[in-house]
Amino acid sequence: MSNLISALDKATDNSGIAKIEEIGLQGMITLRGDLSKAAVKKAATSVTGVEMPTLGHANHDGASGLCWMSTDELLVLCPYDQVADTLAKMHTALGKAHALAVDVSDARASLRVSGPNAREVMAKLAPVDLSPEAFKPGMFRRTRMAQVAAAFWMVDDATFQIVCFRSNAQYVFDLLKVAAQNGSEVGFFK
Amino acid sequence: MLILNCPCCGVTAEETEFHAGGEAHLKRFGPDSSNEDFENYMFMRQNPKGVHLERWRHNNGCGKWFHAARCTMTLEVFGTYSAQTYEPPKEICDLISAKRPGWSWGAFS
Ligand SMILES: [Zn+2]
Repeated sequence: MSNLISALDKATDNSGIAKIEEIGLQGMITLRGDLSKAAVKKAATSVTGVEMPTLGHANHDGASGLCWMSTDELLVLCPYDQVADTLAKMHTALGKAHALAVDVSDARASLRVSGPNAREVMAKLAPVDLSPEAFKPGMFRRTRMAQVAAAFWMVDDATFQIVCFRSNAQYVFDLLKVAAQNGSEVGFFK
Repeated sequence: MLILNCPCCGVTAEETEFHAGGEAHLKRFGPDSSNEDFENYMFMRQNPKGVHLERWRHNNGCGKWFHAARCTMTLEVFGTYSAQTYEPPKEICDLISAKRPGWSWGAFS
């Protein structure tokens, strides 16, 4: 068996105003279908143990979770080594429902930005209102970070978790490093 | 810069999160149409100064298409509405009328 490593092999940078880390392999399954259908809901909730997220939100329990991607798409998170099992269970739960569940874990990378300046660092890169009143833990947002597509949510009030394409991992990591340069605090959210 | 609200996912963001998809409410003329109809469908656009109806896609977000009514001169956005329609809904027409009385665009006013 080959040694599985994530895009940046858990690279970390702690030199700036926020901590940036690539967090390693994360199981991700794209589920597309009519999110109001019982079989689709069951396929998503039964394997993650969390409730269906509402529009623009995500529910998490450790490495498992459900993120609202669009009106007909969920991102199902699970531990990386359980993707095959999870997918099999989902296909059973879906039965004949018109839906699609596909393993996309190796097409993506996961990063985290943490620390008291995490909001500022993220706000420099995405066209999103990241004030504490507007963006809170529990919310989920698909957007762009500089020139590439990305999605993120807040693990807690000072930690963002980002999902981007694996081929963009180095770009996003470098982008975050520049946005977190020492002395670059704006103080906008203070 | 335009601030658009995606009617599919509810997100309000500036235009770089979206992608413009050209003029709205085109009627397609396909293989059996006349040359003139096909030319009009394929190449002729309104290019108005003022009220304009366009297609947009939330390409860095939920990925869905929708319609937007805006002013090409002031960049004011009157409203956005579903892609699944052949004409602007009444509430959008009312919003435009409130700001630009007497407006017309193609067959709509
Ligand atoms: Zn959207």
